[in-house]
Amino acid sequence: MAKILIPTPLRPYTDKQDAVDASGTTVGELLADLTRRHSGLKAHLFNDQGKLRSFVNVYVNDEDIRYLQKEQTPVNASDTVSIIPSVAGGVDTVEDVRRSDLGRLGEPLTNDEVKRYSRHLIMPEVGVDGQRKLKASKVLCIGAGGLGSPVAMYLAAAGVGTLGIVDFDTVDFSNLQRQILHGTPDVGRPKLASAKDKLHALNPEIDIQTYEVALSSQNAMQLFEPYDVIVDGTDNFPTRYLVNDACVLLGKPNAYGSIFRFEGQASVFATKDGPCYRCLYPEPPPPGLVPSCAEGGVLGVLPGLIGVIQATEAVKLIMGIGEPLIGRFLIYDALRMRFRELKLRKDPDCPVCGTHPTVTKLIDYEQFCGITPAAPEPAAVNHATEITSVELKQRLDRGDRPRIVDVREPNEYQINRIPGSELIPLGDVPKRYGELNPDEEIVVHCKMGGRSAKAADFLRSVGFKRVLNLKGGILDWIDKVDPSQPKY
Amino acid sequence: MSDRRLTLGARVDEVIRRHGEETYPHECCGALVGRGDGVTDAVALPNTTEEGPRRRFLVRPSDYRLAEQRATELGGELLGFYHSHPDHPAKPSQYDLDHAWPTFAYVIVAVAAGASQAMTVWFLKDDRSIFEEGSLQHGENSHPDPAQTVHG
Repeated sequence: MAKILIPTPLRPYTDKQDAVDASGTTVGELLADLTRRHSGLKAHLFNDQGKLRSFVNVYVNDEDIRYLQKEQTPVNASDTVSIIPSVAGGVDTVEDVRRSDLGRLGEPLTNDEVKRYSRHLIMPEVGVDGQRKLKASKVLCIGAGGLGSPVAMYLAAAGVGTLGIVDFDTVDFSNLQRQILHGTPDVGRPKLASAKDKLHALNPEIDIQTYEVALSSQNAMQLFEPYDVIVDGTDNFPTRYLVNDACVLLGKPNAYGSIFRFEGQASVFATKDGPCYRCLYPEPPPPGLVPSCAEGGVLGVLPGLIGVIQATEAVKLIMGIGEPLIGRFLIYDALRMRFRELKLRKDPDCPVCGTHPTVTKLIDYEQFCGITPAAPEPAAVNHATEITSVELKQRLDRGDRPRIVDVREPNEYQINRIPGSELIPLGDVPKRYGELNPDEEIVVHCKMGGRSAKAADFLRSVGFKRVLNLKGGILDWIDKVDPSQPKY
Repeated sequence: MSDRRLTLGARVDEVIRRHGEETYPHECCGALVGRGDGVTDAVALPNTTEEGPRRRFLVRPSDYRLAEQRATELGGELLGFYHSHPDHPAKPSQYDLDHAWPTFAYVIVAVAAGASQAMTVWFLKDDRSIFEEGSLQHGENSHPDPAQTVHG
């Protein structure tokens, strides 16, 4: 039992008493018991998420619990616990108006909508009000690919009133293993066209806005402006930082997700008091260090799970229910079927959301991520180090027999190969180059030419005289020489 | 519209207006002390916001305690708080609503280009959904003891 001192404005809820008893061994338990005994206090002390409101200060004796162990601060019978108000107010900033827009009610539901959303409506946590909040809400989905597919489909099904999608890609066969917005007949169509068809069939009640542009520093602020929540389904670092910074600058929450091979990540960034992507990763990794899905692969079902987590968070933010994934970084391992959760804190020194931000408008994100614009392709091939597919074919036809070394992985070699090539994966080259003759002419290749350039450099460094890199890799070979083989 | 009302002593009105004009273009804030629905004293408090005093005010917990003490010393109760809205109407903002305490009277004075304008009073609805405007009255004899009046 400990004594809690009640401030003037809360005394109507404690039968006018200025001090009441409550039991518990920590501040959290004490407050829980207090609100059980005096239920009217709850709404004024705690927000919808069950967290102490920011202007409610709790002191144990004369210490603010924020500087002790917060709600875990132990209390015993001799301690005096005081609830002390901070009184705050002011005029609305643009950011407040936007924030208060999230969760607005909007139009009443039609009879058709009541039928469609009945499984939502019967849950008290959602109810008619929750569904009307969804109907009034506007969510912008960046990308209509692996993550964007489940995000857009579930948000459309759930009744998000306005769903925007930004994408400028066309559907490729290699997308179909995971991008469930698109089907086989859609190959070659713009992703937005097939997305619109699919989503409209799923839910004709909602407004689908499509933006066939590459998201950039020039258009991001304008595109994000009308939306309440941004869902980041991008697959590259420059766009990820761009989305993060635009969300912070506009005060819009970012339901973040990313996928690679068998692992996924999710969090909610850029809320008012929560951290942003830059609090976690102030700097991007060096270019090339983290491979993309096109290079490293991705398990087809993985974006389904991560995208659904992003959609779940968007829906919770709109309805203002549950415990959002703010300040928490969720990591999912599909092979082990495990989730881990890391705590994230808002970094006061964060260059974009910190107390003294240095990034106050959008920057050049390609440059920030160390990606220089591709130089115009040199017309001439450097014959000392490179060979084109056509030249290689001509030489083979003439009877030349250079040794052709494929430095890809065995699973790639199974898909397609240049006749007569032998496989030495890039990682094995340093221990297996003894199998090759340093005086012999060697042509190295991979999928597109990047890995084989590294292999060629290595071989030259250990004394190989004539090493040629196949320009454009096996993809170029298939395009120009042997279209009968499959591409991946 | 709330059926609650608040009666300001003549000098209280003046103290609040003068305080708002002095701190313009920044927001001023202070405590309202009195009994029942009659305010006898306005106690000026420092605006300790770190979010920019043109748009925000904050009475920190230590000053809140001071206000409670001052109310006791003056023989009254803490009835609420006042603040100014520089170049904005005397209407509570979403931010005011988000940070409001029940029971308290919130007096807002609009200050336009350094001159005080409309003054209003607001009370938080019990379910926290909105602020309801109360009726603000000016009493002639709301100071039971003029010697206890504290000016800013």
